Amino acid sequence: MKIVVAIKQVPARDSNARIAAGAKWIDTSDSSFEINEPDAYALETALLLKERHSGEVVALCAGPDRCLSSIREALAKGADRAIHVRCEQLEALDTLGVAHLLADAVRHENADLILTGLQSDDLGLGQTGVVLAEILGIPHATIIMEVEVQGAGLRVKRELEDGWFQWVEMPMPALLTIQSGISKLRYATLMGIKKAKTKEVRAVSPEDSPGPLSVSIERVYAPERNKQARMIEGTPQQAAAELADILRSEVRVL
Amino acid sequence: MNGVLTILERRGAAWNRMSWEALAAGGQLAKSTDQPLWCAVIGDAQGLTPFEATRAYTIEHELLEKYTPDGYIIALEQLIREVDPSYVVFPHTYQVRDFAPALAARFGETLIADVIGFGPRVFIRQLLQGKLNADYRHTGKGPCFVSIQSGAFRADGLASGACEIGVFTPRLDAARIRTRPGEPFRAAAQTVDLSSASLIVSVGRGIKDRDNIPMVQELASALGAELAASRPICDNGWLPMERQVGSSGQTVSPKLYLAVGISGAIQHLVGMKGSKTVIAINKDRNAPIFEVADYGVVGDLFEIVPALTAEVKKAKSA
Repeated sequence: MKIVVAIKQVPARDSNARIAAGAKWIDTSDSSFEINEPDAYALETALLLKERHSGEVVALCAGPDRCLSSIREALAKGADRAIHVRCEQLEALDTLGVAHLLADAVRHENADLILTGLQSDDLGLGQTGVVLAEILGIPHATIIMEVEVQGAGLRVKRELEDGWFQWVEMPMPALLTIQSGISKLRYATLMGIKKAKTKEVRAVSPEDSPGPLSVSIERVYAPERNKQARMIEGTPQQAAAELADILRSEVRVL
Repeated sequence: MNGVLTILERRGAAWNRMSWEALAAGGQLAKSTDQPLWCAVIGDAQGLTPFEATRAYTIEHELLEKYTPDGYIIALEQLIREVDPSYVVFPHTYQVRDFAPALAARFGETLIADVIGFGPRVFIRQLLQGKLNADYRHTGKGPCFVSIQSGAFRADGLASGACEIGVFTPRLDAARIRTRPGEPFRAAAQTVDLSSASLIVSVGRGIKDRDNIPMVQELASALGAELAASRPICDNGWLPMERQVGSSGQTVSPKLYLAVGISGAIQHLVGMKGSKTVIAINKDRNAPIFEVADYGVVGDLFEIVPALTAEVKKAKSA
C-alpha cells in the first residue's frame, strides 16, 4: 500500500503574529515553524497503516527551503521518502493553485491513499485536501477519526457535528483529511533521525506558474475588539481576590 | 451572473440552524449588491418559513436521500449552472466543508471559507486561529463561493415574506457516486448537558498534564459549576468527550464561563461566545480568548487557580 501524506509547515502556535509590510501576510522573519498539527496526525495515521499493512509512506510538502526541517522530521518519524515542491511564497497562491502544485507532484506516484490534515493552523480554510482529490479525480472523505482497509477499499469513521459519527465505505485510491488528536503522536527516535539523513528527498520545481488567482488576500489586520476585556493586573493573590470580588458584585454568582 | 444563492442544510427531518444564519448573510449580501436572494435545499422544503427570498429550490432525487459528496456536488453544480448566480453562500458546517471546496473547484473557483463578515467587495475571515483577520477579494470569473461561520450573522433578522418554491430535479447516475455512507450514530448517550448549565469552568491545553485537572475541578466544585474542556483535553482522554465545548462538542450559553488555559481557537469560541460573562485566565496576552472575554487575567494559571479557589471557598463560607 502506497500512502502519500501532504504536510504543511506553519508558524508555531505560540509564535507572534506580526503583520508584514504591505499587510498581505504575516512577518515570519523571527517565527519558528512546525508541522501543521492536523497534518502530524495524518502522518501518524499513515505510519500506523504501514505497520499494519506494509507498504510505503511518502511525505509531500510544498513551500520554501525552510520546509526541509519539517520534511526531515517526517522522515525521522518513519516516512520512507519525501517530495519537496519548491515554492517561495505559498501564501501568494489560492487553494486551487496549491492543490494543482501538489497534484502535479504526486499524480505519477499512483498512491493508493493520500492523507492530509483537516485544515491548516495558519489559513484555516480546510479545503486543500478536498480540492486535491477533485483535481486527481479520486473520492474523498473529511474529518476522519479511524481508517480501516477492507480489501481494495476503505471503511472510515467520519466525524459529524454535535458528537455524531458515521462510517463511510469507498474504493481506493482515495483521499482522506484527518482530524487532530485521534491518536498519540510518536517521537522520532535517535535511530530514526540518523536514518532520515540517508532518505531520498526529491525536489520538484513547478514549471508552470499557476493560473490567475480566484481569490486573494487584500489586507491582513488585527481584529477589532468588539468587547474590551477588563484586564486584571497584580500578583496571583491580588488577581484572585479581585476576580472573587467581580464574581460577587458584578457576575453575582457568589 | 446575477443573484445570491444560499444553500440551506437539513439534518434529516430537522434544519441545521446555521442555515438561517447563512440565509441572513445571503440576504445582507443581496441587499448590499442590489441583487435578488434565492435559496436551495437538498430534500423537501417542509418547515421552511416563508421569508423574503425571490425563489426557493428544492433539489429532489432518490440518490440524494443520504448525503454523499459526489451526489451533492453533481446536483448543486447543475443547479448553479442553471440559476447562474453571482454568489453562492453556504453555512460553514462539517457537511459543507466536505463538498463545497470541490464544488467551487469545478467552477475554477476557491471557496472563501468560514467568513465572519463582509465589507465593500471583500469577505472577512480569520487567520492563525483568530489572531488576525484578513480581507479576501474574489478575483475569479465565475460565481463567488463563500461559507459563513456559525454565530457570525444573526438569524433573527430574517424578514418574513412570500417565497415561491420550485422543484429542481438533477440528472444523477448511481455509478458516479463513489462513497457509501452508513447511518449516523452517537458514540454514547450524552449524560452531561452543558447547554443548560448556568456556571461553567472550562479547561484547555494550558493545563499541560492530566494530573493537573483536579486543580480546576476543585475550582468548579467550589463555585458549584460544571467542568468543561476544549477539544485537546478530551482528545487526550483527560476528560470525557461529553464535556467538550466547541463546534465538535456542545454549544453553551451560561451566566458565567470561566476559561482556564484556553487560547480560544475558532472551533472553541463558536461553542461558548453566547455566554453572558466570560472570564479568561491565560499566559498569552494575545490569545484570542481575550477577544471574547469580559475580564482577563494574564498569568500563570497554576498560581491563579488555587488562589481563586481559596477566595471562592472563603466567600462561600462567609
